[in-house]
Amino acid sequence: MSRPVKQNFIRPTHIEGFPVGPQFTAGHLADTNAGWRTFRPVVNHDTCIYCLRCYLVCPDGTIFKDNGKIAVDYDYCKGCGVCAHECPKNAIEMVKEQL
Amino acid sequence: MSSANTLTRITPKNITDQEFFYGHKACAGCGGSLAVRLALKVLGERTYAAFPAGCMAAVGFIYPQMAFTNNAIITTFPGVASMASGIAVGAKALGIQNFKTVAFAGDGGTADIGLQALSGMIDRGDDVLYICYDNEAYMNTGIQKSGLTPFGTQTTTTPAGKNIHGSKTQKKNLFEIIAAHDIPYAATASIGYPQDYIDKVQKAAQVKGPAFIHVYASCPTGWGTPTETSVEIAKEAVDCGLFFLAEYENGDYRLTRNPKQFASVADYLKKQGRFKHLSDADIASIEAHRDHKWERMRRMWNHQ
Repeated sequence: MSRPVKQNFIRPTHIEGFPVGPQFTAGHLADTNAGWRTFRPVVNHDTCIYCLRCYLVCPDGTIFKDNGKIAVDYDYCKGCGVCAHECPKNAIEMVKEQL
Repeated sequence: MSSANTLTRITPKNITDQEFFYGHKACAGCGGSLAVRLALKVLGERTYAAFPAGCMAAVGFIYPQMAFTNNAIITTFPGVASMASGIAVGAKALGIQNFKTVAFAGDGGTADIGLQALSGMIDRGDDVLYICYDNEAYMNTGIQKSGLTPFGTQTTTTPAGKNIHGSKTQKKNLFEIIAAHDIPYAATASIGYPQDYIDKVQKAAQVKGPAFIHVYASCPTGWGTPTETSVEIAKEAVDCGLFFLAEYENGDYRLTRNPKQFASVADYLKKQGRFKHLSDADIASIEAHRDHKWERMRRMWNHQ
């Protein structure tokens, strides 16, 4: 697994259920960030030249390589639009989210 | 050049697919989180990371979330370098092999509050890579002026009014302060030039001893810029000469980017809410300060 995924988390009901000391499991995500998004990036694979500029500049690391294609993890993309703005071929379009 | 050239250069094609800073709660378009993400991807899984009280600690460690997939810890605000020193020597004493210790702090945690701990860390020669992501104010607590806030910036503690136009002081010359310790390796970088930043992190990771990288990282919230331009604005800061890319190695300074002609300072400043109030005279004084600084850097540093 190259990236953590959302896990179910049951909040402890007793103080003994909380972690002792400052340690906690690495890569434990109890929540997604998808709700932050107003616009979602959509990749046009016909114009994409796979230069990986978007992969490099994504502040959240949600753009990943999927068998030679650019893919986006929509669970954690915040829709900041850096990828679309930096794309040299304008192959990423920011589409308004429909509720 | 150094032995780093014999290593395979890390590029987007061969960088690890693993994400070590993922699902964090930083603002959309955060430049600091990009700096942390790229550095951890270069350094790999066997990295101990230390973060002082600052944005990255606030967005990464929200119980029951843990956005780091490597070993990471929050430290006291002034003590990130001391904590990282302790981790490095502690892990060595335990016989742990093949690891790197890295400290990430913002501009306030480095240039103001954490400066003495950092100075001590370099002095002792501890094997730590220290990365300062510079967003030019205390962003986590609500945009207060720090030692690295440049002249004319509007922050909540240096508001722009009729008589005083934002911050009255110039940006501290942190890079030369660190280089003056005779550190084995120090560099400045910008998230606007991500490949250059990756190269410098890779080079710094090979250093046995203290290394320092000052990376310019934009903050859409504090700077008043649209989220999508946060990489572009960090590139423009370098292009217009208000931030420079340089290295200090084996006692020599070197400009890694020496543009023949600067882009317009006014264009760069006017894109940001924090500089909206600046008058033409203020911009001219910022340009004069830039030219003076570059004249000295080119005269003293450039041996190519």
